Amino acid sequence: MATPCLTIKDMTLAYGDFVIQRNLNFTINRGDIFIIMGASGCGKSTLLMHLIGLMEPAQGDVFYNGESLWQAGPEDRQRILQRTGVLFQSGALLSSMTLAENVALPLTEHTHLEAQRIRELVSYKLALVGLAGFEDYYPAELSGGMLKRAGLARAMALDPEILFFDEPSAGLDPVSAKRLDDLIRSLRDHLGATIVLVTHELASIFAIGSDSVFLDTEAQTIIATGPPKQLLAESKDPKVIHFLTRGETQKRYAGNQQPGVV
Amino acid sequence: MEAAFVGDWVLDAAVPALDGVLAQLGEGDIRKLIFSTQDLGRWDSLLMTELIRLVNHGANQGIEVDTSSLPEGIQGLLQLVYAIPEPIGARRKATRVSWLEVLGASGLRLFDDVQAIIVFIGETALGLWALMRAKARFRTVDLWTNIQDCGPSALPIITLISLLAGLILAFVGAVQLALFGAEIYIADMVGLGMMREMGSLMTGIIMTGRTGAAFAAQLGTMQVNSEIDALKTMGFKPMEFLVLPRILALIFIMPLLCLYADLMGIVGGALVTVNFFEVSLLQYLNRTADAVHLKDFFIGIVKCGVFGVLIALSGCLRGMQCGRSASDVGDAATSAVVTGIVFIVVADSLITVICNRLGI
Repeated sequence: MATPCLTIKDMTLAYGDFVIQRNLNFTINRGDIFIIMGASGCGKSTLLMHLIGLMEPAQGDVFYNGESLWQAGPEDRQRILQRTGVLFQSGALLSSMTLAENVALPLTEHTHLEAQRIRELVSYKLALVGLAGFEDYYPAELSGGMLKRAGLARAMALDPEILFFDEPSAGLDPVSAKRLDDLIRSLRDHLGATIVLVTHELASIFAIGSDSVFLDTEAQTIIATGPPKQLLAESKDPKVIHFLTRGETQKRYAGNQQPGVV
Repeated sequence: MEAAFVGDWVLDAAVPALDGVLAQLGEGDIRKLIFSTQDLGRWDSLLMTELIRLVNHGANQGIEVDTSSLPEGIQGLLQLVYAIPEPIGARRKATRVSWLEVLGASGLRLFDDVQAIIVFIGETALGLWALMRAKARFRTVDLWTNIQDCGPSALPIITLISLLAGLILAFVGAVQLALFGAEIYIADMVGLGMMREMGSLMTGIIMTGRTGAAFAAQLGTMQVNSEIDALKTMGFKPMEFLVLPRILALIFIMPLLCLYADLMGIVGGALVTVNFFEVSLLQYLNRTADAVHLKDFFIGIVKCGVFGVLIALSGCLRGMQCGRSASDVGDAATSAVVTGIVFIVVADSLITVICNRLGI
């Protein structure tokens, strides 16, 4: 039985008077790898900003385990958000600090652990993402893929229940992107975390997505929901089919090859 | 009508102008234009732009342009050009903006800007309040790094500028004072000038350019790189975590730098006086000690502390306001320096007027 973990109700996203998306309603269940997809500029990343408390919705609300994010006072909101982790597109590590200091940052802020314990935790998190031994490197000394994995280690520092990813595979070569996908999946399997991915990488969407919403620019709302593979097989909406097949609609019925991947 | 392309149609080749063809198309009732390319040599984008001109001209005049006789490559490119028609209204028209509109817009911007400054000062005050209740969270190491960056690293430039400022003051004064044989009073002039005014003002302006711009660029880059968003999601308040250590560093370091600048200015004055006029070093120093009182010294030091707050505020404000593109970081740094210098000069005038009224 799926338990809802994150519920979005009647949400409207807007910059001032300029509405980007309206009437957003969906639920993310515990243990899902939930994909928020759509064409560039449709408001995917803006939606993410609203989910992680960086922007206040023009209307509507977000509920974490039934608890309202925007009705809550600043301290309660902070407590709710403390159970989440975010990996930004570029990793967003603080460039003036080493990887170890970056990963330790949330630990020193929100826990009262001793320095030795924090060091051990940091090494463990870095090892989880395959960066054991890189504690004393500065972000500028690492490659794009390593930066994202380090950002992931920081996002996981407090063992969050929900992990948000903003375009994790953007700017990575196919092999690194695949490794990151595998990492995300095994984190879900072994830590029991819920994963929310904002992406338009078809390969990732089909490889790891277990549920999804599809945002559309013109309709300004969600035009499809469901597991990505099911959407590919059953959706009637030409825009969704177009997106999921890279515009090559006939591929949809082309035998048992991995859908959407050319 | 048939138009034949002959020879090489490449960007740096001499080719006949198409105006003749266009003119011929205009006269008489030509219904169809076909091309012959048997003698066409090499071709590149030059040929394409001329063809597009012909096709567009044909479409305007209602002449059918038959491209089927062109080589396949050219046909393919033409197809690409016309595959997605220009959306109606997409093309930007050059619009003339009246100067009144420009004036009004900048007035409104100024209003928004003042509002933003007031909000930022309020937030900073809240941050300082949290600091006083020992609730502000930032890394002490950040405070020390900032002190290192603003203080000791700035000494060489402060030395140079203040020494020269003292030297210039001494020379300018000497020209007049020598007329009366009162060279010894150069000490008064340099001492009072440096302590009350020039020491703090010079330090303020150097630090605006050096540190204010650096703060804006640092915070701006963090904004571009989503680092500030990341801090927020981790539960840090950027005002406390990033802005407070910078403001504290400048409040702490500016009076010290001012003290140093005052000293360097007096050394500069002494160099001129002792070397060019018949005044001994001891006389000069004694005269300075007589002329300058403790209150003059403190006015300069306090003023420099105020400048420190203003520089940090303007640098951090512009950094936090920074947009998300690389050029925004440059704009933020520029704007931080301009804001900082305006703040400093206004504050300096105010303090001078107040001191004058209070008779100190």
